[in-house]
Amino acid sequence: MPYSDTLDVRVTDSSLRDGSHAKRHQFTEEQVIAIVGALDEAGVPVIEVSHGDGLGGSSFNYGFSKTPEQDLIRAAVKTAKTAKIAFLMLPGLGTKDDIRAALDSGASVCRVATHCTEADVSRQHFGLARELGLETVGFLMMAHSSPPEELAKQARIMADAGCQCVYVVDSAGALVMEQVSDRVSALVAELGADAQVGFHGHENLGLGVGNSIVAARAGALQIDGSTRRFGAGAGNTPIEAFAAAAEKIGIKTGIDVLKIIDAAEDVVRPAMDGECELDRLAILMGYAGVYSSFLKHAYRQAERYDVSGAELLLRAGRRKLVGGQEDQLIDIALELVSEKP
Amino acid sequence: MVSSLLSAAIVGSGNIGTDLLAKLLRSEHIEPRWMIGVDPDSEGLQRARAAGLEASAEGVDWLFAQSEQPDLVFEATSAYVHKANAPRYEERGIQAIDLTPAAIGPYVVPSANMADHYDAPNLNLITCGGQATIPIVHAISSVVPVSYAEIVASVSSRSAGPGTRDNIDEFTRTTSRGIEVVGGAERGKAIIILNPADPPPLMRNTVFCAIPADADRDAVRDAVAKRVAEVAQYVPGYRARSEAQFDEPSDVSGGLARVAVFLEVEGAGDFFPPYAGNLDIMTAAAVRVGEVLATSRIPA
Repeated sequence: MPYSDTLDVRVTDSSLRDGSHAKRHQFTEEQVIAIVGALDEAGVPVIEVSHGDGLGGSSFNYGFSKTPEQDLIRAAVKTAKTAKIAFLMLPGLGTKDDIRAALDSGASVCRVATHCTEADVSRQHFGLARELGLETVGFLMMAHSSPPEELAKQARIMADAGCQCVYVVDSAGALVMEQVSDRVSALVAELGADAQVGFHGHENLGLGVGNSIVAARAGALQIDGSTRRFGAGAGNTPIEAFAAAAEKIGIKTGIDVLKIIDAAEDVVRPAMDGECELDRLAILMGYAGVYSSFLKHAYRQAERYDVSGAELLLRAGRRKLVGGQEDQLIDIALELVSEKP
Repeated sequence: MVSSLLSAAIVGSGNIGTDLLAKLLRSEHIEPRWMIGVDPDSEGLQRARAAGLEASAEGVDWLFAQSEQPDLVFEATSAYVHKANAPRYEERGIQAIDLTPAAIGPYVVPSANMADHYDAPNLNLITCGGQATIPIVHAISSVVPVSYAEIVASVSSRSAGPGTRDNIDEFTRTTSRGIEVVGGAERGKAIIILNPADPPPLMRNTVFCAIPADADRDAVRDAVAKRVAEVAQYVPGYRARSEAQFDEPSDVSGGLARVAVFLEVEGAGDFFPPYAGNLDIMTAAAVRVGEVLATSRIPA
């Protein structure tokens, strides 16, 4: 069953949320207006705008936002003619007050993220979002670390709490093809008509587009990506490549391929500090299963303490750190310093 | 420590109450005499009876019907139950130490602000993250102005019960408020992360404080080290992972100079396993509050 009469899958662009990690949360209103304008014009149906770690993420631990995030959301809402504006929040960092504020700013899709084994912390947030009339999406982060049947149980918790689409979120870019379809299929089987299933990919093993197509074939109706891969780690599934590939195999996304290619090159790229590269540390994240947004922090602490960034990430993987534990990278750096002869 | 021996009742015979029992049985200043629950089969009530306490599953009405009343009550039920019980304790002159999120009385942290609240009829222990981090914020703000303080508490998933999970906003809100009111930061922010790793990791806490760029770093470092040692007197598994770390202002730090302190809390392993330092620090702080009250009540 397709997403709607006109779309087989609905795409959400996360350049202005996941890209916030790559941008170290330094977006300006002008950049948001330019990117939203171009993506809206290209037919991207949903555009996510938030601090990389969601509403309330502006902090010492994750980096302070240059511009208050509600200002960025308001600018996006004002600019978009047809696209819906989404926001992300992580219970434990953000609160219900942030959801109310985003609604006041004009956002219409509330995305709530938890670690993939901790879905029950999101109940009150989904409850409120639905009460406020927001569309809801749930993120089961670090989905590579849980087997399909466990993930499906957690998806059920979110759906019962009011979530309308549960995403398999490959935060570490660690999932490979069948591992994606197994998880998506398990969620589709569990949720049936109660909620849709989505997939959010990263490029840390170079598999964003491939994994997203596999997800769509397994029944995912919503797919995330970022124009020009603008996201954490090696970046997200490039929307322009996904839209082009999808069109070739008859998956309707509603996105104008030529327009999104231009937007990527002419509008999004100039707003980026650099390309999101598949470099040594980014591949290590996919290989060792490390949360993608740790990348910039690992670079910073490796430089600050003169230790190996690769070793930092490997230990983060060994300690089984989850999203949000950026502070522990400093602890690991100090551990590495103490081990120096 | 010269003190009176205070009698105490534990209300709530669940995990927290049971761990509290183990700690109170070791106290030289508090004598636990009654334990009250609602489930006759609870392990907590059985342990209490075995230790010589009078135990009942008939709620606080049973306690109030006894000929003798406690000096102190430790409440480890829920915010809802404590709100109902609190006025009844106060009527009877029983001082209440509240381990629930009810927050009827002032927030207290043993190493920070106890002296202000000896006579309060009801004292609230904030949150586990608050007990682990506010002492450090308080120590730093005693030396330099702290315009903003932020804490990150990482706890093992297994140690986070349904109460915490259903009310995770309460944790962040209450802890943030405690950072300001007791910690002395102008603005506070709290973050909690649940980590499902197996074996479960020990509770970890990071404290970030915005301090003036020209702050006396030695003074801050010493104040932190001293305070860690003070907290460790009543929470033996409380320790700093390293010396305080100082960072210059940058764009991602919002242009603020900061000090960062990395903490670990290993539980005493009384009723909770050692990884649950977050639960251990609550019961250990509660006992400490009771003991400080006992020493404040030295008969004239």
